[in-house]
Amino acid sequence: MEYHLQTPLKLEDIEKLTARDIVYISGEILTARDEAHARILEMEEKGEKLPFSLEGAVIYHCGPLMQQTESGWKVVSAGPTTSGRMSKMTPLLLKNNEVRAIIGKGGMKGVADALKNRCVYLAYTGGCAALAAELIKEVKTVHWLDLGMPEAVWVLRVEKFGPLIVGIDSKGKDIFAEVREKAEKVLERMQE
Amino acid sequence: MSSKISRETFIRSIADLLRKAEIELPDDVVDALRKAEAIEENQVAKSQLQAILKNIELAKNHAVPMCQDTGIMIFFAELGNEFQPGFDLEAAIKEAVTLATVEVPLRPNAVDPLSRKNSGDNTGSGIPDIHWKLVPGKQLKITAAPKGAGSENMSSLRMLNPTETGSIKNFVLETVVNAGGMPCPPLTIGVGIGGSFDAAARLAKEALLEPLDAPMNEFEKEILNAVNALGIGCMGLGGSTTALAVHVKTAHCHTASLPVAINIQCWANRHASIVFGEVE
Repeated sequence: MEYHLQTPLKLEDIEKLTARDIVYISGEILTARDEAHARILEMEEKGEKLPFSLEGAVIYHCGPLMQQTESGWKVVSAGPTTSGRMSKMTPLLLKNNEVRAIIGKGGMKGVADALKNRCVYLAYTGGCAALAAELIKEVKTVHWLDLGMPEAVWVLRVEKFGPLIVGIDSKGKDIFAEVREKAEKVLERMQE
Repeated sequence: MSSKISRETFIRSIADLLRKAEIELPDDVVDALRKAEAIEENQVAKSQLQAILKNIELAKNHAVPMCQDTGIMIFFAELGNEFQPGFDLEAAIKEAVTLATVEVPLRPNAVDPLSRKNSGDNTGSGIPDIHWKLVPGKQLKITAAPKGAGSENMSSLRMLNPTETGSIKNFVLETVVNAGGMPCPPLTIGVGIGGSFDAAARLAKEALLEPLDAPMNEFEKEILNAVNALGIGCMGLGGSTTALAVHVKTAHCHTASLPVAINIQCWANRHASIVFGEVE
């Protein structure tokens, strides 16, 4: 199935998605990777207010390549980064916030339970950064630039961002885990 | 080209070389990806490979880096013993990296390993990383091979026991299974066997520069077939091509050791070369 979704996402938008479905997202997405995740959790632990809303948000695991021009920031290249690095921090992030979709690449080990009935993981083709940049229409703002260009939180307006493959749905089905388990079985047979 | 190249021309050429490496893949890499797409039967994997091919074309046509992770700056230099630049080559390469960072542009990726502070221009202590090899002749060949972190992070090195040559294949397979979709397959796998702790890693990295259409020996083919039998596929979503090629490089090592390094390369096997100096 193919779905076109508009942000902010509602729970019913993502509950209908099943692993291997194709999704396109329009609206606003926020980039966040290692350092931004760490800072979000640190601020929330101290009870501080974030400078952006994660209500119905779409988090994009991406450290974009941006260029500053006279009229503001321009996206040069902005594909997904390895989501696995954020696996440990994601369950708490999802517990604290109503994030409805995470876009990344490579999947996330041990996160399917935390996603259940809350959020989906959408896979975008790794390395396809020129393609992704075409679908990002505007850099709305940037937070935490002190973390460096890749680690800052960039707020982006996108149109039909995709095709995204539902990698982990909100019912616990995880394509990456299925592929991994199959590969492990093949390897065990080879080792016999 | 005379070996009396000016410093300015040299810096210009290296900055242009980096641009080329970032926006355009070598033909053998594109051909291998096209073949992988043609034979893929898993529809999800096929769609991923099609996106990759479309992205390659777009990056080339728009002259933008194909991946936002423009990598850490690595160079392989073969310096002819009769090549006389008349200026500090390392300092000039560093300047070219700074220039390319602004011009191409490149994402500033170089950070202090502990404070994580970004230098902002892709240079720093030990970066760019330049591997020098002294060769006979009057030429200087420089290969730029910017390396992204997604695949580099999935690389591995083990000091095996000398009697464990039979487990090298298994080490590669375990590394690939553990990596799953994280290093952006289809991969190129460089395996360095022998030498010493650091020499094995260097061999593995050099193996990534081998043309993908270069014939593989029986050992390399055996590993490649086993890797592709795992079914991890493009981006770890399942499929028939997990790796495009496996290249092994060896060096003599101590009788008591067997260093094995596996350097994992994503589909964007970026590298470009230039030769300075008199034609011999």
